[in-house]
Amino acid sequence: MSTRLVTFTLDGHLYGVDVASVQEVLRGQPQTRVPLAPQSVAGLINLRGQVLSAVEMRARLGLPDRAADQEAMLVVVRVAGETIALLVDSIGAVVDVEEEQFELPPDTLTRASREFLHGAYKLEGQLLLALDVERAVAA
Amino acid sequence: MDEIVQEFLVESHENLDQLDRDLVALEREPGSRDLLASIFRTIHTIKGTSGFLAFGKLEAVTHVGENLLARLRDGKMSMTPQTTDVLLAMVDTVRDLLGAIEAGGDEGDIDVAPVVARISAVLEGRAEAAVVETTTAVPAVPVVPAVPVVPVPDATAEAEPTEESPHRRTVAESSVRVDVELLDTLMQLVGELVLTRNQIVRQASHQDDVDLVRSAQRLNLIASELQEGVMKTRMQPIDNLWAKLPRVVRDLGAQCGKTVTLAMVGKETELDRTLLEAVKDPLTHLVRNSVDHGLERPEARVAAGKPAEGVLTLRAYHEGGQVVVEVSDDGAGIDPERIAAKALERGLRTSAQLAETSPNDILQLVFLPGFSTAAAVTNVSGRGVGMDVVRTNIEAIGGTIEIDSVLGRGTTCRLRIPLTLAIVPALTVECAGDRYAIPQVSLLELVALDADRAADAVEDVNGASVHRLRGSLLPLVRLADLLGVESDRSDGHVVIAVLQAEGRRFGLVIDRVLSTEEIVVKPLVTQLKAIGAYSGATILGDGTVALILDVQALARRVLNSDVLEQERVADTGARPVVDESLRLLVAGLGGDRKVAIPLSSVTRLENFPTSGVEHIGGREVVQYRGGILPLVRLSSFYGTLSDRTDDELVVVIYTVGSRSVAIVVDEIVDIVDGGGDLQADVTAHGVLGSTLVRDRVVEVLDVRAAILSADPMFYEASEVDLRPELQEAM
Repeated sequence: MSTRLVTFTLDGHLYGVDVASVQEVLRGQPQTRVPLAPQSVAGLINLRGQVLSAVEMRARLGLPDRAADQEAMLVVVRVAGETIALLVDSIGAVVDVEEEQFELPPDTLTRASREFLHGAYKLEGQLLLALDVERAVAA
Repeated sequence: MDEIVQEFLVESHENLDQLDRDLVALEREPGSRDLLASIFRTIHTIKGTSGFLAFGKLEAVTHVGENLLARLRDGKMSMTPQTTDVLLAMVDTVRDLLGAIEAGGDEGDIDVAPVVARISAVLEGRAEAAVVETTTAVPAVPVVPAVPVVPVPDATAEAEPTEESPHRRTVAESSVRVDVELLDTLMQLVGELVLTRNQIVRQASHQDDVDLVRSAQRLNLIASELQEGVMKTRMQPIDNLWAKLPRVVRDLGAQCGKTVTLAMVGKETELDRTLLEAVKDPLTHLVRNSVDHGLERPEARVAAGKPAEGVLTLRAYHEGGQVVVEVSDDGAGIDPERIAAKALERGLRTSAQLAETSPNDILQLVFLPGFSTAAAVTNVSGRGVGMDVVRTNIEAIGGTIEIDSVLGRGTTCRLRIPLTLAIVPALTVECAGDRYAIPQVSLLELVALDADRAADAVEDVNGASVHRLRGSLLPLVRLADLLGVESDRSDGHVVIAVLQAEGRRFGLVIDRVLSTEEIVVKPLVTQLKAIGAYSGATILGDGTVALILDVQALARRVLNSDVLEQERVADTGARPVVDESLRLLVAGLGGDRKVAIPLSSVTRLENFPTSGVEHIGGREVVQYRGGILPLVRLSSFYGTLSDRTDDELVVVIYTVGSRSVAIVVDEIVDIVDGGGDLQADVTAHGVLGSTLVRDRVVEVLDVRAAILSADPMFYEASEVDLRPELQEAM
């Protein structure tokens, strides 16, 4: 059984989310910061009249901050009835993966990122980390 | 679900509400042929349709009920309380069955035999001895949630067609049923349109193009009308809410042994359906309160010269762009003295505070959490939860609640509710470079102080900023501090938004006021709602997102005075005294003499009645918060003559470690930053030295000596490090 994933990169790693949960992909948008919010909430953005909260995936996965000159891309996903924008480094291709390629996360993975991953798909020459979006955007 | 079944359910729920009303009305006028006929028709319709749709149990219940009703209608039997009870039980069973059908598509495992047996017993004239249970034991809460439809007002109530078609339409041909979700979407889209309109109108006003300006104006008009129109479609008469109340009042009245007439005025008053949902519980609570402890028992009423039957009046009307809903009873009213006594007993207020509170303001104390005046806990009320929750719920939708009561004449609770929630007038403000919206309902006024005035007008009471607004102290909170951001206003100007929430006023210090505008409220994701500072977000004219401040939540965070006070008292014990020694409370002692008291240990300023002073072992003491405080009269300590002759003492509560004294002064003059060094060259009895306060030399009180004069044991129990000066002064 094959699954179709939208891929994106974060700090040189390749991540993927199920294409069915992705609404659209955008360039960086002006954000309104939310004081007192958890650090991973980068801010609020206006997406054609809808207010979305943007989640900084680097902060969520415990990765170092993005370079100041690097513009973030937005992956807009629908999770549990709410629409949320994930801030990522760059957008990759849409990839079809097979179940045989899947493996649970390696034991060496740090806890923060391990918590938010379903597992990894072994692509040729690269690993595609399948993100558990629901857990990654939950408080 | 099958469309026919769906429609049947929708119709039946409306019919059931009508049935409840008719049955209660019938109890008052047992002879009314019209009411009987109406009830008979309603049951008959449900029975007809349930047979058609093969709902056997429903048919069985309604069939036997119909038989009973037919006899009543034809005058072969007459109404008795017992008849009413079984009929209400039948309605409840029908409701349960409909609920089961709605949930699972079939009638589930509801047992209809007992109720059929009861009705049959009444039919056959058998005494109902075997079945003692009456409907009053059945919870009066409707089992089935409201079905999402927009019924056309009164169409069901007035026209009860007599034909027996299973596809009977209760709604006139001219109206259409609309899915509520569709309406919500429309509302949202119109909200967007209004925002876009705002942007275009703003941009057009900067252009010279006359045609563009004209088009923008037309767009402005059309958008406004469209917004109004869509809002109207979401309006429902408040009667939808009230329809359930006659039954609640009847059952509750029976339970409490009271007879109650329910009068409803302004049934047709409309408000937004989401608001209707939101006021449902608070309103029911108020009605239950009125019946349970507002109205007296019949014998007490007769003794008071009132008719035995109590009157509960619901009134709804539009006023000033708001909907006002009143729940009033002609009961005993609320005794402010009882409320005051209760507040004192619970330690919610001091007697000094209460003495200064007007009777009407004392009534509002019933909204404090944990407040109940019910002498006993009944299964209806008296647990001390309720009115605070009612207020919280009403304020959550931007409404207000007030309570009026005349002893012996009755009580009125008045809810003021906005017409709609989605679009609210708001003030946009700036703080630390970000923009925030404050809903106008919470806003009382704006105060701007320039740097010169701010230095004087913003004062400090033991670490908390206050502003003297027309004589009374307004606690100030800096928004930047609340949100943990860095304010970018450094020129000393102070802009204060005076807000009201939770029944109290406070001043929110912001950087700048921008403008007032109508904003469209957008929900926040759960994660951000949980912060408890924002009630939503909105999109401003330039397309950026601004957060809407949740004034109620902020107020709860900053105004929990008892907690704040306790923390402050705890702080004082731990903190080195020197830190705060620079701040001084300046007090007058009469005869123009002023002394300064280091603020570090001042916990509160109070007024006590002179009559509250008692004598223990030759010393004056007062009772305060469950303890006994020795009184230190500074005027006698210094040998000055007090100018004060009225029956009130102005007292500074001074706390060191776990002990306190009450220092009596003539008046509180000011709270200042002492700033200047303590000059020891002016020394006198009871004076540590002098310092410059606003270019005037003020003596600094030797608190220790003063206290020891009243309570030689005061410091024995305390373990506080003493300032060197104080040690010297010993």
